[in-house]
Amino acid sequence: MGSTTMKLSAKGTFARGVHPHDEKSLAADVAIEVVPTPAKVSVPLLQHLGAQCEPLVKARQQVVLGEKIGESEAFISAPVHATITGTVAMSSVATLPNGRHVKTVPIKADEQQLSGDALFEDILGGDWPKTGLDRYGPDAIVTAVREAGIVGQGGAAFPTYVKLKLNDAKPVDTLLLNGCECEPYLTADYRLMLEAPDAIVCGALLAARACGAKRIIVAIEDNKPSAIETMLKAAEGTDMIVRSLKTKYPMGGEKQTVLAAIGREVPTGGLPLDVGAVVCNVGTSAAIARAVVRDKALTHRVLTVSGRGIRNPKNLLVPIGISYGELIDYCGGLTEDAARVIAGGPMMGFTLGELDTPVTKGTSGLTVLTRDDVRKADETACVHCGKCVDVCPLKLVAAKMALASKHGDWELARRYHITACMECGCCAYVCPASIPLVQLIRLGKAQMPKKITPRRTELRCGA
Amino acid sequence: MTQETVNNDATETEAPVTHVAPGPHLGGGCLTARWMMLDVLIGLLPVLLVSLWVFGWYAARVLAICVGSCVVAEGIFTAMRRRQCRLGDFSAVVTGVILAFSLPGTAPWYVAVIGSFAAIGIGKLAFGGLGQNIFNPAMVGRAFVMIAFTSAMAAGGYVASEKAGVPDALTQATPMTALQQEGKVASLGDLFWGDTNGSLGETSAFACLLGGLYLLIRRTAAWQIPLGVLLAVGIIAGGQNLMDLQAKWTVGHHLMGGALLFGALFIATDPVTSPLTGRGRWIFGLGIGAIVMLLRSLSAYPEGVMFAVLLMNAVVPLINRWTVPRPVGGPVPSKA
Repeated sequence: MGSTTMKLSAKGTFARGVHPHDEKSLAADVAIEVVPTPAKVSVPLLQHLGAQCEPLVKARQQVVLGEKIGESEAFISAPVHATITGTVAMSSVATLPNGRHVKTVPIKADEQQLSGDALFEDILGGDWPKTGLDRYGPDAIVTAVREAGIVGQGGAAFPTYVKLKLNDAKPVDTLLLNGCECEPYLTADYRLMLEAPDAIVCGALLAARACGAKRIIVAIEDNKPSAIETMLKAAEGTDMIVRSLKTKYPMGGEKQTVLAAIGREVPTGGLPLDVGAVVCNVGTSAAIARAVVRDKALTHRVLTVSGRGIRNPKNLLVPIGISYGELIDYCGGLTEDAARVIAGGPMMGFTLGELDTPVTKGTSGLTVLTRDDVRKADETACVHCGKCVDVCPLKLVAAKMALASKHGDWELARRYHITACMECGCCAYVCPASIPLVQLIRLGKAQMPKKITPRRTELRCGA
Repeated sequence: MTQETVNNDATETEAPVTHVAPGPHLGGGCLTARWMMLDVLIGLLPVLLVSLWVFGWYAARVLAICVGSCVVAEGIFTAMRRRQCRLGDFSAVVTGVILAFSLPGTAPWYVAVIGSFAAIGIGKLAFGGLGQNIFNPAMVGRAFVMIAFTSAMAAGGYVASEKAGVPDALTQATPMTALQQEGKVASLGDLFWGDTNGSLGETSAFACLLGGLYLLIRRTAAWQIPLGVLLAVGIIAGGQNLMDLQAKWTVGHHLMGGALLFGALFIATDPVTSPLTGRGRWIFGLGIGAIVMLLRSLSAYPEGVMFAVLLMNAVVPLINRWTVPRPVGGPVPSKA
């Protein structure tokens, strides 16, 4: 699988982690469907990590699909675009699943819309060049990616152009395409690799050109053999390498992918850039291709609506800003025993309180769990069994971090490296006492003061 | 942070009611704290059977008294603290069984009762209940009665005073005492199958290994701890053996004699009172093994497992502090 050509110490896996049932069969064989254009979308002005955009349009103004409607001057930011053709309405505020309140630009749809197969063809279909990409200079690619408002589609939504921009201090040698999709239930990346592999390959070649990477590795978990096969076929003629990684949660986490695929340890608080790697989700790669080759903005994305709490699990191509409620309706609605509606996957996703919340660029799916699926044991006392330590992919001690957070003992929290935690949820997944470890750690990270004054200073001085 | 749990009454509304809760939304199967305790009880089954075979009604009597008293003590003390009583987690039962297995079959009823109350009251609930205690409750109870009722717990206490209708095992001194006082060496076979006198659960190496293996396979017990104990004892006793090749009491006797296997597999592996990290567990196990050998070789006591466990329990917070693992990617850089 090409890995022989690489001098890699990488083992194709990382230490610890967990193995939840992947439940991907619910939606894995359902081809991507285009959702009918909704009557209204609400495009949030902040869908990424970084600065919020300022609206460029006023109420009652006409906009067309792909027109820029929000922009920010900040370095770490990404513009937003109209995702349907229509009329702008009065701006409002939406609460995103992660709890942030952001301003949105609502657009009411016109009757004339690009939709159905034509839309799919426009976004993912057609031919994608794999050669002759020299005519796009690195700077031109970076500019196109920024103008198209592309952010990482795996979940964190970090502005992609920032990663691709050449950085003299930190040269990049490897571009990693992340097709791991380790969250249970989600199959959007899998379907995208099966149905639009050429767009992904084209985007990867362009991204590698922009960031100066010498090699491109597509990392896919070994529970998706057909995706591996399709990507291998699509990569023929290029020097892309497809690498199958062990199926394990959280393999798709940036740091775990880098460790498993190329054997480098991303420093705590750093980026893959620090070890000469750029990681891109496969969806992001397809968006890059579209932005550079077809000069189109990021207006739609593929996501999975799945879980036993939804009647017809599907993979959908949706306009950004469509509400979760409409996606649920399109997939046949909730079943009677639906218990939890989650934006994203069941491990790291956030539950939705209101179903009219808009989908953002970073939304990888919608999972609806039933009462039987949801963990339900009562919280009991911590018995210090250390299972949380045995599974933490970052080798942290969750029990102590949670304890420190509970008691506001910030010195203890720091000693156990609480800010290094990426909240993947392995610890809480295995905890026999059902302690909400992630919740406590998240709370601790938010409440921890920047500067920690040691406790009992007076005692120490006196002693 | 908007994760409050919305508690709607599901029966009153027609549409499916969905709740808001923090992730992860899936749980990793049936291993709950309660199951961990049940696992320990299952693991102790072979020990129980051998104990009943060797000591008969003497074992059943002490076991019943200890388990009964521990459960009653848990009920009384939690009621005094006005806390919800969680007998359903079986931790009191586990304490009772382990305490009973560490007592002689001839122990008077009041020794068993007082030991149980000390174990639960002083050993566990005085510290704040399950998960908060520093010392292994069963070992606290045993240490308490060992000091309070010296004659019942000392070497002589193990031998039944009356002769008629007593199991064979109870008529002879324990192998460790016989060695220390008379230089008599028990056969390895007896130590393996358990046909000797001793505390109720410690006699059979075979039963301990069988039950312990179950705990290790179920991952209820951390494997580093028993391995550390055995390694330390093996190395030290092996060294002694090499220095004195004529010695009758060999490494095998050290490993299978006394409460070593029972302690290494069932007592030291109590998760509450052992370290959190793999490295910490190694230190903990090796420490126990070393202290056991120190006490066996140099002290006036024939056996040292109880003291070794209690001593290492005391340094667990320190071990935890020493063995904070280096996170993948290194420690969080301090913002200079």
